[in-house]
Amino acid sequence: MLDRLRFVPGRLLQAIPVLFGVTLIVFFMVHLLPGNPAVAILGQTATPERVAALSKQLGLDQPLWDQYLLFMKHLFQGNLGTSITYQRPVSELVFQDFPITLSLLLFALVLSLAISVPLAALAATAPGRGRDLGVRAFTLLGQGMPQFWVGIMLILLLAVKAGLFPVGGYGETWGEHWYYLFLPALTLAIAMCPTVIRSLRASTINVLGSDYVGTARSKGAAGAGLFRLHVLRNAAIPTVSIVGVNLGYLIGGTLVIEKVFAVPGLGSLMINAILARDFPTIQAVALFVALFVIVIGILTDVVYTAIDPRVDLSSKEFA
Amino acid sequence: MTTAVVRASRAMRRPVRSRALKPWYRNGTLVAGLVIVGLLVLVALLAPLLTPYDPIAQDLEHALASPSGAHWLGTDKYGRDVLTRLMYGARIDLRVGFLAVLIPFVVGSVLGALAGYFGGWFDTVVMRVVDVFFAFPFYVLVIVLVFVLGAGESSIYLAIATVSWVSYAKILRGELLVAKKQDWVIAARLGGMSHGRILLRHIAPNVLSQALIYAMSDIVMDIMAIVTLGYLGLGIAPPTAEWGSMILDGQEFITTQWQQATIPGLAVVVTSLGLSFLGDGLSDLLTPERRR
Amino acid sequence: MIPESGAPLLRVQDLTIGIRRPGGRSVAIVEDVSFDVDPGQRLGIVGESGSGKSLTLRAVAGLLPRGVEVLSGRVEFAGRDLLTMPAKDRRALMGPQIAMIFQEPMTALNPVMRVGDQIAEGPRRHLGMSAKEAGELAVSMMARTGIPDPARRAKAYPHELSGGLRQRIMIAMAVSCGPRLLLCDEPTTALDVTVQLQVLKLLEKLCDDTGASLVFVTHDLAVVNQTCSELAVMYAGHIVEAGRVKDTFRQPRHPYTRGLLESAPDFDRPERELIPIPGFPPNVADRPSGCPFAPRCGYVRDHCTEAVPPLEEVLPGRLAACYESDRLVEVLA
Repeated sequence: MLDRLRFVPGRLLQAIPVLFGVTLIVFFMVHLLPGNPAVAILGQTATPERVAALSKQLGLDQPLWDQYLLFMKHLFQGNLGTSITYQRPVSELVFQDFPITLSLLLFALVLSLAISVPLAALAATAPGRGRDLGVRAFTLLGQGMPQFWVGIMLILLLAVKAGLFPVGGYGETWGEHWYYLFLPALTLAIAMCPTVIRSLRASTINVLGSDYVGTARSKGAAGAGLFRLHVLRNAAIPTVSIVGVNLGYLIGGTLVIEKVFAVPGLGSLMINAILARDFPTIQAVALFVALFVIVIGILTDVVYTAIDPRVDLSSKEFA
Repeated sequence: MTTAVVRASRAMRRPVRSRALKPWYRNGTLVAGLVIVGLLVLVALLAPLLTPYDPIAQDLEHALASPSGAHWLGTDKYGRDVLTRLMYGARIDLRVGFLAVLIPFVVGSVLGALAGYFGGWFDTVVMRVVDVFFAFPFYVLVIVLVFVLGAGESSIYLAIATVSWVSYAKILRGELLVAKKQDWVIAARLGGMSHGRILLRHIAPNVLSQALIYAMSDIVMDIMAIVTLGYLGLGIAPPTAEWGSMILDGQEFITTQWQQATIPGLAVVVTSLGLSFLGDGLSDLLTPERRR
Repeated sequence: MIPESGAPLLRVQDLTIGIRRPGGRSVAIVEDVSFDVDPGQRLGIVGESGSGKSLTLRAVAGLLPRGVEVLSGRVEFAGRDLLTMPAKDRRALMGPQIAMIFQEPMTALNPVMRVGDQIAEGPRRHLGMSAKEAGELAVSMMARTGIPDPARRAKAYPHELSGGLRQRIMIAMAVSCGPRLLLCDEPTTALDVTVQLQVLKLLEKLCDDTGASLVFVTHDLAVVNQTCSELAVMYAGHIVEAGRVKDTFRQPRHPYTRGLLESAPDFDRPERELIPIPGFPPNVADRPSGCPFAPRCGYVRDHCTEAVPPLEEVLPGRLAACYESDRLVEVLA
């Protein structure tokens, strides 16, 4: 399989111009605000001297293009700027909060698979019948519910009414972390499920009708054995790429969910930075998130290559 | 260009008429969608007639009242009738949702179609730009943009437009890559038909159906985004009634007046369901051979 | 089919397969099919696409597609009724007793599983072998089916092998548990002609070595001639003729069989004119009442369209479903 992974370095190289584009967008988006950012930070009542001092400190008196170059130069040095709100290097904040968001995402992924795979299997093995219609109804509803609202409803039902889970926060110990992350992860999982179930259901129906499943049945395979050996891996193949595409959208959802549950991850960092007009942090986190999405994209392709031995993304056809 | 070529090419291309296997009114999904969306639009339009209350007038004496005969869904923390705000909220969310789709639809479709049809450097450039935008999670970009542009309706339109045109571009580009290889297009070009005429009069009607179907789900996504922005305090400014900000207000009182946070969300769910049905029904109608 | 001696290994009686509809309006695709297969016997089932030959085979294997089911009849294997048996028991037979070989090896092999593992799957499940033992068995099976360098090839994926090799894998997979009955659904149709002969000879050798019976479904008369001793000709869901291959080819007793023979090219007599059968086989939905072949038949008489002619013995060991069978006495040179 290693030789089929030849495409990875090329893909990383391709990511660079995209990242450049991202830095452009991120930088100019934030800096094209009408008016002086320093004024926006200090407020309308600030004295001109303070504004000037802050402007100089932030390098805002330079031409815009020079500011961009400075930004890029710092970037290459690993310097993501200093947070105005926290007065700490943004890189520190990112490194501190990213693992939390990552845990949340992974937890959500696991939960979503745990829910989706059985439901998709249930639906696909009896298409058109009661349980299939039930699963599809669930999918339809799931797509119609705003993520943050689902979170609030889960809080209402499982935290407030039933008292099973905390209303928000992150906890102290390692074990507590996972406990506190359960509801937010479940919320995200419910958001992911419709897409995954739809795709998995369709591909499972496909696979179940395939010739090789017929062959497997002719060898006496059935039930769980049939699924494990023959159906699951084949059905997962198209779903992997679809999940990969949607993961980006989901990362955006994490932002909001972290706010709902007061989880101190990148999402909360971003939102609070936005509300506090902390430009350097906004810039850096946006950039970091874009990088993360690109890496996820490449990882998805790696997983795809691993699952399907026929796939060779390094071959020229895909250039 | 000879009329024979025009006639021949016209004969070769697929008709745009509904190719559905049954008439539109027998399509259960489509009808359900039309009914739901129709009712919502009706409620939104007739809101002032349907309720005696003012959605933004405060009445602090009656704040946080439970549902009763006078206030079917109770009142919020400023004493405003929740049901009234729900109905007025529909006006905002539905209107902004529908309008927010227009610019991305037009801009994205045009750019994508031109990129797919003419190819070359234009295509490469457009696709690179699309890639950059795709690297951003939708919400991150929208939130940051709204923040940059300041809260308010026009910022929402601009932010959403900036981010979601890419999907239309991709769809239309894909459609056109296929369409331009069709026999009748080649025949028309050989007969001397101009690019413009081919694109506008002949390709467009066939190819737009995919974008139209996507637009329906895009409206749902936009309404979600608007409601989410409202929840984050970045959307339509209070005290205007909007479902997202209503949920935010309601979250405070989740323990006592839980319906305040719950009901607006249900409104969103119903709206999405209606629009989904509409989209699926439309999909059946316009492209029956592409079964889901 | 008249059994030669002893009890038949497989007995199919009045098998009717189709789509069940409420109110007694079920649609039959295969009607009243009966045949026996003795131990060690090789039976070919011949017919065009749509004749129902594949469905018949699949009904024996228990692999009918969704929506299609056995409407009536019996299928007995070694004296046990397969259709009424509990599913678990039936599955236990599939592999060690009955095995099937499919037409398209590319789609009939699991694309994400190594071929060695696919061959080993049966023995592991049915013979209780460990992974290692089954793996070794798989390699030896591959060697038996003539695959060069089997130990290395066992680790390959299906898409890495040629069509001929893939079919050998399928065969190795089928015989891995030593079945008594091999059901083959056009296994050579998708192969190059040169490879076809090799595969056929392989199948024959394996059956000779193990004493297994063979039911071979095909549309290719030459293949039946090569490999089978008995044949059954199917048309529009019915068996219209049955008997020993050589006798039937020499002197067919059903107009359809005769038509097939006359329209098939013969390398030994390239100058013979090919006479196609006029018309097309009927749609499942609108089969004519009476003999299904009547609309295209050159020997048709009025009574042919009244009732379906029963499959009867017209000569010792020869069955035909035709009222006019006696008129077909000319010998085809």
